[in-house]
Amino acid sequence: MCTFARNLEQGIFKLFIMTLNTLRAVLFLVFSVAFTNLGFASQDNEDQDKGFNATEMIMHHVKDAHEFHIVDWDNKPISIALPIILFTDNGLTTFMSSEFHHDDSGTHIVEKNGERFVKYHEKIYQLAPGVNSLTFDEELHPNNATTPLDFSITKNVFMMWVTVILLFIIFISAARKYSKSNNNIPRGVASYVEPLIVFIRDEVAIPMIGEKKYKKYMPFLLTVFFFIWINNIFGLIPILNGANVSGNIAFTLSLALFTFFIVMFSGNKNYWKHIFWMPGVPVPMKIFLMPIEIIGMFVKPFSLTIRLFANITAGHIIILSLMSLIFTFQSVAIAPVSVGFSLFILIIEIVVVAIQAYIFTVLSALYIGMATAEDDHH
Amino acid sequence: MDLITPGLGLVFWSLITFFILLVVLKKFAWKPILGAVDERESGIKNALEAADKARKEMENLKADNERILNEARAEREAMLKDARDIKTKMVSDAKEEAQEQATKIIAQAQEAIEHEKRSAMAELKNHVASLSIEIAEKVVRQELGNKDRQLELVESMLSDAKLN
Repeated sequence: MCTFARNLEQGIFKLFIMTLNTLRAVLFLVFSVAFTNLGFASQDNEDQDKGFNATEMIMHHVKDAHEFHIVDWDNKPISIALPIILFTDNGLTTFMSSEFHHDDSGTHIVEKNGERFVKYHEKIYQLAPGVNSLTFDEELHPNNATTPLDFSITKNVFMMWVTVILLFIIFISAARKYSKSNNNIPRGVASYVEPLIVFIRDEVAIPMIGEKKYKKYMPFLLTVFFFIWINNIFGLIPILNGANVSGNIAFTLSLALFTFFIVMFSGNKNYWKHIFWMPGVPVPMKIFLMPIEIIGMFVKPFSLTIRLFANITAGHIIILSLMSLIFTFQSVAIAPVSVGFSLFILIIEIVVVAIQAYIFTVLSALYIGMATAEDDHH
Repeated sequence: MDLITPGLGLVFWSLITFFILLVVLKKFAWKPILGAVDERESGIKNALEAADKARKEMENLKADNERILNEARAEREAMLKDARDIKTKMVSDAKEEAQEQATKIIAQAQEAIEHEKRSAMAELKNHVASLSIEIAEKVVRQELGNKDRQLELVESMLSDAKLN
């Protein structure tokens, strides 16, 4: 009786969490679609009167870019040129982003090996032969150009690598401190990172995965935690123009894919049995639960993707919106309010970025723990 | 829609970057750090256990010492008691012997005295006898002269002899 009750309880809890996550995801999708549509819809009017367009500015900052734009000085943008790597029908084409001359409206054409490219809203299009400017269909998609596979080292990739280098420096030097001291006493940077590492081990890995198996997954959990955290922190630094790495869905999706595949490959017999033929419930229930569990399998990494992306992006959008107020009202009087609120949100964000990194790690560990749990209640 | 459409390029680079990060950090950071932390923790655990063991041993030792001390104390007590007993016994024995000896000596002395007395008596008797004979001789001699004188003589003789 007891085990059945527990099963039921767990099932209900799982269902509840799943529903909640799905609901969140759906709501977010609806809102972001509305938001972006709004942006595009208002495009035409705004372009005409050349006023300040908050949506455009915010989207520009939140999205990835092909060059690292730092500041506009004397009406000339100062930016770091990044390599553009494209796969077209004719193969690989590479050039530096500076060849677009900071143009993002699809007017400046870069010609390479007889192929002509334009950049429009941070997307690179390959113009059809004989066409000199983009034309758009009613859904605002260019209809006379193709999109080549874009593997460019974008702003986000660049910042990601900066993070990687920073992580290497921090943790490899921390590891060195241990090998230097003869009795494993943490010194220097090691004494700062060790509490965090021990925290991940004692508060995340061991409770979620269990004393027996946690060791195998520690490298993944630690890497994911610090990678997300440092990326989140970099996203908050304004001079880096808020390179919104962890607020980019491609990035969060990639990390969630890692969790997904680790769960898939470490799932034991017990886990798969719980997905395809739930033990301890009547047969009709088993058949009913199977699709739910299979959907759950994919919803878990999906929720990881959306949660991190939405939380970080939302933080950026809020801060940028508050700053936009100054330009929308075209008044300095509003500046103290904007700056004050931004500061307030920024301080909250400092907490949020750590929490989001932690949540991603905890949930990854939880999913791994569910996949590797021993059959203990039958 | 751009915002929520994952770009292929960034997915590709994220996957590769994260994979490299994972592999490198695993080899050069997490392994040594976690190893060192584990080693230290097990070292601390061992040290604590050793200390606990040492403390227990110490307690045992202390208990042993206490026991030995108690035993020694009891032994000393017993020895002292024995010694006291022996002393008492010796003293009493000696006393007894002395008493005996004294009794014996006294008895001997008494015997000797008796003996002396007896011999003295005998001598006295002999002396008295010879004196009596002398007196008798003198009396007899006097009798021959005067009866009254004889009596007088006897009487004086007797008064002389009384002294001894």
